Amino acid sequence: MANGQKEKGLRRLRLVPSRMDSSRGLGPQMAEPMTPLDVKVEANRCLNCFDAPCTVACPTSIDIPRFIRRIAAGDLAGSARTIMEANPMGASCARVCPTDELCEGACVYAPDNSPIRIGQLQQHATDWLIADGRLLFKPGPATGKRVAIVGGGPAGLSAARDLAVLGHAVTIFERDELAGGLNTYGIVPFRLPIDVAVWEAEQVRRLGVDIRTGVTVGTGVAPAALRADFDAVVIACGMGVVPKLGIPGEDAAGVWDALDFIRKAKLEGAIPGLGDTVAVIGGGNTAIDGATASKRLGVSSVTMFYRRGPDRMTAYNFEIEFAKTEAVEFRYNVLPKRIITSGGRVAGLELIRTDPAGTAKPLAGTEYTVPADTVILAIGQSRFTALLDAFGVVHEHGVAVVDTGMRTNVPGVYVAGDAMFRAGAGDAMVVEAAQRGKTAATSIDVWLREGAR
Amino acid sequence: MADLSSNLAGIRSPNPFWLASAPPTNSGYQVMRAFAAGWGGAVWKTLGEPIVNVTSRFAGLNVGAIKMIGMNNIELITDRPLADNLREIAECKAAYPDRPIVVSLMTDCTRKSWHDLINAVQAVPVDGFELNFGCPHGMSERGMGSAVGQDPELVEQITRWAKEASRVPVIVKLTPNITDIRYCARAAVRGGADAISLINTINSLMGVDLETWNPIPHVDGKSSHGGFCGPAIKPIALNMVGDCARDPQVTVPISGIGGIANWRDAAEFLLMGATNVQVCTAVMRDGFRIVGDMIEGLNNYLDDRGIAAVGEIIGKTVPRFVNWNDLNLDYKIVANIDPETCINCNRCWIACEDAAHQCIDRLVDERGHTTLKVDEEHCVGCNLCSMVCPVDECITMVRVDSGESTHTWRERLSVPS
Repeated sequence: MANGQKEKGLRRLRLVPSRMDSSRGLGPQMAEPMTPLDVKVEANRCLNCFDAPCTVACPTSIDIPRFIRRIAAGDLAGSARTIMEANPMGASCARVCPTDELCEGACVYAPDNSPIRIGQLQQHATDWLIADGRLLFKPGPATGKRVAIVGGGPAGLSAARDLAVLGHAVTIFERDELAGGLNTYGIVPFRLPIDVAVWEAEQVRRLGVDIRTGVTVGTGVAPAALRADFDAVVIACGMGVVPKLGIPGEDAAGVWDALDFIRKAKLEGAIPGLGDTVAVIGGGNTAIDGATASKRLGVSSVTMFYRRGPDRMTAYNFEIEFAKTEAVEFRYNVLPKRIITSGGRVAGLELIRTDPAGTAKPLAGTEYTVPADTVILAIGQSRFTALLDAFGVVHEHGVAVVDTGMRTNVPGVYVAGDAMFRAGAGDAMVVEAAQRGKTAATSIDVWLREGAR
Repeated sequence: MADLSSNLAGIRSPNPFWLASAPPTNSGYQVMRAFAAGWGGAVWKTLGEPIVNVTSRFAGLNVGAIKMIGMNNIELITDRPLADNLREIAECKAAYPDRPIVVSLMTDCTRKSWHDLINAVQAVPVDGFELNFGCPHGMSERGMGSAVGQDPELVEQITRWAKEASRVPVIVKLTPNITDIRYCARAAVRGGADAISLINTINSLMGVDLETWNPIPHVDGKSSHGGFCGPAIKPIALNMVGDCARDPQVTVPISGIGGIANWRDAAEFLLMGATNVQVCTAVMRDGFRIVGDMIEGLNNYLDDRGIAAVGEIIGKTVPRFVNWNDLNLDYKIVANIDPETCINCNRCWIACEDAAHQCIDRLVDERGHTTLKVDEEHCVGCNLCSMVCPVDECITMVRVDSGESTHTWRERLSVPS
């Protein structure tokens, strides 16, 4: 079933890449593909800097001038290889990276407000590759070593890709029906079409990586069994559900975990019964996605409520700007106090204002209510603490403690991606997850070749 | 308003911008439009025995996103009847009596052919003839065009025949497809030419289609060499114009041709000794309208410098165009990088490191911030870093010698050490 879905997606994708996922895209893409003329002018505008600041700024160190030069010279295969070699998530990162904070922000043209549109050029090259259908990489000579990866998201897939290229036999255990993690399920389709995420996973599978979907490590497969059956384990499980706020009314119909909401919107293209007014609680990218998805699903009034000021929102600037163009409203320095219900359904939201200085402290006596038919919670994600415990991995409040090589306290057990990202210590970007996956792969390869077992 | 009027061997025009003999001067319709746009004169597309052209005739050289920095051409001389051309020339002259029409000519290498052609054409009012000894493609295989222009004796002979018959000034157009253009320039002068024009197009093959492996442009899968023109050939043309301008035996005025696309290019040709300039490829790319920019730009340039007439700048750079042996070996410049305007692209660094003399140091401070510094002691002043720098005036070449001593290779050889 899962495989059938993948194949179906791939066939559609190869036909008309510019109209990718039109059936489930919830409207136009945030960044439409560039026109051929635009590509030519933009690619030729690149100065081809040496030791280029864009490459330095890229967590996966993509040789950006090289991939742009290859576009300009008409070698799209070479361009796509340059991208995907450095970043197995290169197609999704082209769409979801906060480029103004990374490569484009570092471009020597940025002070002149005309940085090269690196993200869009990267999308052009990777779209070409997706449409072309060729497999860029080959599995390396078999080492006889086996590596298990818990979680088929960006970190796990990136680790798997590099491990497979290095010749190791890799098995991914993925609890969902499709691989890709948040790329597949957790990012709105008009920002990242599901087919792109699935294609990236498919490239890894075509390298011989055994992706076992619908299998949950901890319940379906025991951690001890993985330790016994494999030479090394990468835990790339990401994070879990959105935690409860702990306020009255949270169990009412019409209250959503933002990730569940985005998943349903992305997979089904429709969510009945949202009503006319949606309130989104949170200030991160997932909150933004919940809000913009609501607009695209036809909700007339969508408002985001954030407990601090706009400068403290963790969502990327381009996401916030996009939400504004989609007519999402923003309320700052407010905290939800109670979800008002009527007949078991959401009817409104009671809010309390917080300290305008940004401490998020509620100010007594400032309560007010707003109507709401749907409330979407996006206040962060819980941690898979029990899973880390089961592997004996040392963690701090569910965040695995690793060294620069993604090694844990347990020899042979590595953690990459959101499972090791500490809140406030760098952004949990897809591109960062991909890089941590690559780093884990390199560490494992060194360890296995040194004959650790 | 500076005086832009021009006088090439007695052919007067209101400005020094002429259209070269080429596709834009193929018909009265085009020349009328050109004169209406402001062109100072036109050299009519070459008349001779009408020929048959192939289809697929031009190809462009593109660099990056910039189209047509050069062009390759396999179109031949006029394919229209002589009578039609002459009638249209007369109509243009009647409409624009102040604009010279010079007629380009090409015919067999016999005295009678040249006399007959000249006499037929000067039955209508024309201001001069330009002998096409330069066309490198097609006609040369029939013993005309550059086949003539590559043989100084033929150049001199045919020029003489033309002068015997012509009642108006005769300009000889020279081919660059030759080892040293001065030999043919001198031959034209010996034959009695009133002026020379150069350069004609350069032998070329534009490219190969990587899908079909056909040459470009192709005529039913095949191609032959064509003539290359456009901005890419300007340095070659300027060198040849300069060579003729400083040659004591080339005593006639020069009409400069080759890659002139704007007033700046034109001013450079004038400074290098051309009395006027002829333009083709830029018009083929952008149309006749560009002449307005050329006239105004040149005028502004002259006005800004208080120069009353364009004639005052003609040839002013020629004395500075010398042999290598006469260059000052004591002159020394080094690169200077302005850290304020540097955008840290490191293009200068990699260019110097890989292709010049490794004279730029990348210095890293304790915060990891890199800066570039020129090693002035070892910098040879080659200019490469300033050429690859994308920021104007960021890298300048600064003189570091005393400026007081001059020592040339010629002097070095003549003085015993």
